Amino acid sequence: MSTSTSVHLGAGTGAPATGKPGGGPGSGTARWTASGMLLPFGFFYVLFLLGPLVYTAVAGFFNDSLVKDGTGEWVGTANYAEALASPEFWSSLGHTLWFTVLTTVPLILLALTLALMTDRFSRGKWFFRLAFFAPFMLPSSVISLLFMWIYADQIGLAQGVVKWFGVNAAPSWLGDPDWAMISIAAATVWWTVGFNFVIYLAALQEIPRDVYEAAAIDGAGPWQRLRLVVIPMLGRATTLVAVLQLVASLKVFDQIYMMTNGGPDDATRPSLLYIFQTGFTDGRAGYASTVALLLFVIILLISLVWFALIRRTEKEG
Amino acid sequence: MVRVRGSGHGNLHDRRRFLGAVGSLAAAGALSGCGSPVGQAFTGSAGPPSLLNFWHPFTGGDGAQLDAMQSAYRKENPGVDLKTTTLVWGAPYYTKLTLATLGNRPPQIAITHVSRLPTLAASGLLREISGSELEEHGLTPDRFKKAAFRSAHHDGRLYALPIDTHPFVLYYRTDVAKKAGLLDEAGRLTDVDGPEKFLDALRAAKQATGVWGGSIATVKDPATCWRLFWSLYRQLGADLITDGGRKVVMDVGAAEEALAFIHRMAAEKLIPPGADGDGGAITLLTSGKAGFLMDGEWQLLAVQGAVKDKFDMRTFPRIFRDAPYACAADSHAFILPSAPSEKAQRAGKALEFARSMLDESLLWAKGGHIPAWQSTERSDAYHRLEPQAHYRDAADSAAYDPAAWYSGADSNLYRRFSDVVSSVVGGDTRPGPGAARMRAAIKDLAGMEAPV
Repeated sequence: MSTSTSVHLGAGTGAPATGKPGGGPGSGTARWTASGMLLPFGFFYVLFLLGPLVYTAVAGFFNDSLVKDGTGEWVGTANYAEALASPEFWSSLGHTLWFTVLTTVPLILLALTLALMTDRFSRGKWFFRLAFFAPFMLPSSVISLLFMWIYADQIGLAQGVVKWFGVNAAPSWLGDPDWAMISIAAATVWWTVGFNFVIYLAALQEIPRDVYEAAAIDGAGPWQRLRLVVIPMLGRATTLVAVLQLVASLKVFDQIYMMTNGGPDDATRPSLLYIFQTGFTDGRAGYASTVALLLFVIILLISLVWFALIRRTEKEG
Repeated sequence: MVRVRGSGHGNLHDRRRFLGAVGSLAAAGALSGCGSPVGQAFTGSAGPPSLLNFWHPFTGGDGAQLDAMQSAYRKENPGVDLKTTTLVWGAPYYTKLTLATLGNRPPQIAITHVSRLPTLAASGLLREISGSELEEHGLTPDRFKKAAFRSAHHDGRLYALPIDTHPFVLYYRTDVAKKAGLLDEAGRLTDVDGPEKFLDALRAAKQATGVWGGSIATVKDPATCWRLFWSLYRQLGADLITDGGRKVVMDVGAAEEALAFIHRMAAEKLIPPGADGDGGAITLLTSGKAGFLMDGEWQLLAVQGAVKDKFDMRTFPRIFRDAPYACAADSHAFILPSAPSEKAQRAGKALEFARSMLDESLLWAKGGHIPAWQSTERSDAYHRLEPQAHYRDAADSAAYDPAAWYSGADSNLYRRFSDVVSSVVGGDTRPGPGAARMRAAIKDLAGMEAPV
């Protein structure tokens, strides 16, 4: 596309079509243009990402307070020692991982199932595409509000439905430490499954029809076609979905902050909320910086391992 | 093909022109916007002297009352450009107020809960209000409710002007109470003071509604859990912390006794094992599934809107007699966050505004709050206000939160203690271990390094 345009452009103006040095925009100027164009991005990247990251790393060695000017006193690695010895730090990390397991697995399997079923429709596919994707377009506050009403104790829809099925003591969906995280995960799955679904659906439509036909002629039944042809051919989509989903789940904050604020008994408090509470509610900015940096390293490591694992299975496939 | 290129260039020119226009617009906005709150945020300038920025966390019914109070001020002071910012109640409100003040861009006047005063004042974020300023604006101590005015001090210095006392109270459905035989000839609730009497009343109400006796939000509502516990605990005469929160003087026995009473209400199924803080507990009352509601008086407009005059209110029952009557309460108060210069502070104008708002206290009382402004609190107009007048005595027995950097409205202390209360109501924790958990939590908080 780009080649043909440039040829036509050259022909149109009558100028030499070749990219001779000195002819047209010189390579030196081009380099400056490129850097210049990157400059605004670079400026904001340094100002809002690298800068704060460095500041976080530095603040972690001070007993920095949110309610006072300056960085506070140098405390060395005391914040790190406190964080690593704190049961709250480990329990919040555990909740983050539990949430990740509860959401990542169904979000991949369910998205694949829905995409496979939708793909079978020859007419009205747009309706299912819209229906499954629509919740994803809602902001987290709307989802939280919606599900807070659904899960509400005594007056909520979810307890009513369970009672209708004959369960006398309906669980307190967001008030019971054993149920709260599962309830939030279920809401999250309903909310975000559409994104993975769309990726899978697009990948499915990329698979040429003749591959199916060839497999069918070779005597593969529908189940075998799905298992041996379709799923392997969706490998790249699965990698993408799995990695994006893992990172998104490890960063969970919004819906938990709004639906339970980490309660009951801190049973749904993820690491990010722990950072938020120590940093902004308690005003212990130095300690919160330490925890934030630790979480950053942990997410980075988990993502790298996960990515490597998936790449390997993909290659084997 | 030439046409393609031509139109391409045209697009480029259009885009350049567009970007240029946007750029110059932004620049013009930045230059002319120095007086606007956005411009001020960038430049940190004091803004024009006519500007008065006011921050508050009131939404819902309180927000509507406050709007009415401000329009009176606006009418009388056309020369003042009053800019009001409403932020969501809770810990983030205080974070924003703190950061704006530290960043030298505080509002001239703001609302705080006095329970948050210790942290704000100890961090040096507030400007002290002097005696001569009080004289000048007619805001002398004798014009305020005593307990509320005392609570506006930190280390003996005055940092705030309280506008109300807002206690934890008892709502009841008059139709349910009548059916349950809990009303006297005058239509007032009979005696519900004392553990047995209150439980009897709840039992009778449960008979009448067929569902629950009373209702209280114990799910997703740390503040309500705290208020219930603190009311009972203070009625037992116990203290929690001293020395600005560094020393724990908790009476574990009293905590266990308070939790035991809460446990009895839940174990007998007189209150739900978990009613929702987001309207669930109130709905049980308004839909007639509970006869009583234990909540703050600020729900008055919400309840009134739903059941009209089929309800009444009174002070939270006196369950224990070990100490003078007490009920958990807090006060909203005006504060002057410290500004970088006198020019930006505009203390005179801010106090004038506070005075004007205090003069409109009757409007504030209509939302449920007990006025701290004595000329309103003693007025016939307020005494005639129903059901507001029925619990006005609570202001004299207000049990304020203990002072610490981790206590106060929507604080860590609320969260930690409410986890226990919520768990006791849900039947998962017994009072004894619950009290032990509270002690461990308060020890933990007191031992943390304070940010102030």
